Amino acid sequence: MAGAMLNLIMENQTSTNGTASGFEPRIVAFFCNWCTYTAADLAGVSRLKYAANVRVVRVMCSGRVDPQFILDAFAKGADGVLIGGCHPGDCHYIEGNYKLLRRVRLLHRMLRDMGIEDDRFRLEWISAAEGEKVKTVINDMVEKVRKLGPLQLPQRFRDGDKELEGEQLKAEAAHV
Amino acid sequence: MSEKPKVGFYWCASCGGCEESVVDLAEGILDVVKAVDIVFWPVAMDFKRKDVEAMPDGAILATLLNGAVRSGEQEEMVRLLRRKSKLLIAYGSCAHTGGIPGLANQFSREEILKFVYQESPSTANEKNTRPQTRFAEEGRETHLPELHQVVRSLDQVVEVDYYLPGCPPTPNLLKNALGVLLSGKLPPKGAVLAPETALCNECPRKDSKPQDVAFKEFKRPHLARIETDKCILAQGFMCMGPATRAGCGAQCVQGNMPCTGCFGATSRVRDQGAKMLSSVCSNIDPKEEPEIDKVLEGIPDPVGTFYRYGLARSLLRRKVSTV
Repeated sequence: MAGAMLNLIMENQTSTNGTASGFEPRIVAFFCNWCTYTAADLAGVSRLKYAANVRVVRVMCSGRVDPQFILDAFAKGADGVLIGGCHPGDCHYIEGNYKLLRRVRLLHRMLRDMGIEDDRFRLEWISAAEGEKVKTVINDMVEKVRKLGPLQLPQRFRDGDKELEGEQLKAEAAHV
Repeated sequence: MSEKPKVGFYWCASCGGCEESVVDLAEGILDVVKAVDIVFWPVAMDFKRKDVEAMPDGAILATLLNGAVRSGEQEEMVRLLRRKSKLLIAYGSCAHTGGIPGLANQFSREEILKFVYQESPSTANEKNTRPQTRFAEEGRETHLPELHQVVRSLDQVVEVDYYLPGCPPTPNLLKNALGVLLSGKLPPKGAVLAPETALCNECPRKDSKPQDVAFKEFKRPHLARIETDKCILAQGFMCMGPATRAGCGAQCVQGNMPCTGCFGATSRVRDQGAKMLSSVCSNIDPKEEPEIDKVLEGIPDPVGTFYRYGLARSLLRRKVSTV
């Protein structure tokens, strides 16, 4: 389901990336229902303005964020992934955010090994009252990712597979 | 001319263990030969590429192909065998998910060539000679295949009908697969011919797996003793069982070694490494970052640990490289 949602998000984005005015990062955010998503709502009703580069996926708990979602977001073209959850001790499900925190600690190391920079992946604790923090975190992350430039994994995968096309053409020619 | 169905075996980037596993059928191989004609098997029989080329398309019932694809020559052979075979079966971890050769995707081709032909401590290569795809001497020209930029699983190059997982697949698995293929009652295309359950399900130590695990440290098999009667993961050794498909009979665990994940994930999981990382990390005991990091020091190489056989077929496929 999250996979399908990511497909949708990334498909609808193709036009907004790489406009004439330059690179606009695409960031997928997973916000927990009880704290950060509510905070994003609060930011909205408070008329706070933040960068429009973030596409939010609401999850019931930050602990629900399977590392597969994160890698899938990158693989489908996200330039950054942001996760927002309740502060430690405040998780609606008691332990969920700790579970996520532990995964994130190792994921950061693993992503580094895979050549994905630290600033592309971020975890923030944002309570339902912290609408202002949603704004500062998003703006800050968008700026950092903008500096890093596009990640463009789908493009990289396509370019990488160009080395196969020559053989394919030869094989097809032989077949005819 | 015999009317027996034709079967082929081929290898690409692999160690030869998969070929060995066919021989591991022991006298069972006689039953195989009774039922099918082996028409191509470079490691054991003297058929040439031109013999395959001479066959009509689809003449081979099934080709069991092991090894990852990482050179132009392998790609060519894979495409040829795809055309000549009704069914193409990815045999073993390398063809299935990239296998050990897939770990090369942590480096660019340039980094690999530079290390192997220039920097490795055992290399003497003053002229910095690199392999060339073309070489001419005395009017004769030789062509050599080019190393690909990326290591690929078989299905990243051509369509694959079935998968036989394992490093290598066990003789039982092969026997069952041949039985299925010959029966004509084919499973849905794309099926992995092994159980849909996690390895823990068939582990002899299943009952000793505690309900709750809270890791205070991770130990490595060469540095600590593994108790022989208790769940290996619960002892703090990285056993990939929970994120790995069953079907091998938990052979490594029976040899008192942790599962390293060679069967890949079940079909409900897209990325075996991410799933295992998720499961293991969730169950770390501490709650504060410094202490969490200390526990995680016991996993010095997350990519090599969680993607030992599956990096090429993982969501990220390869290191994002600028070289």
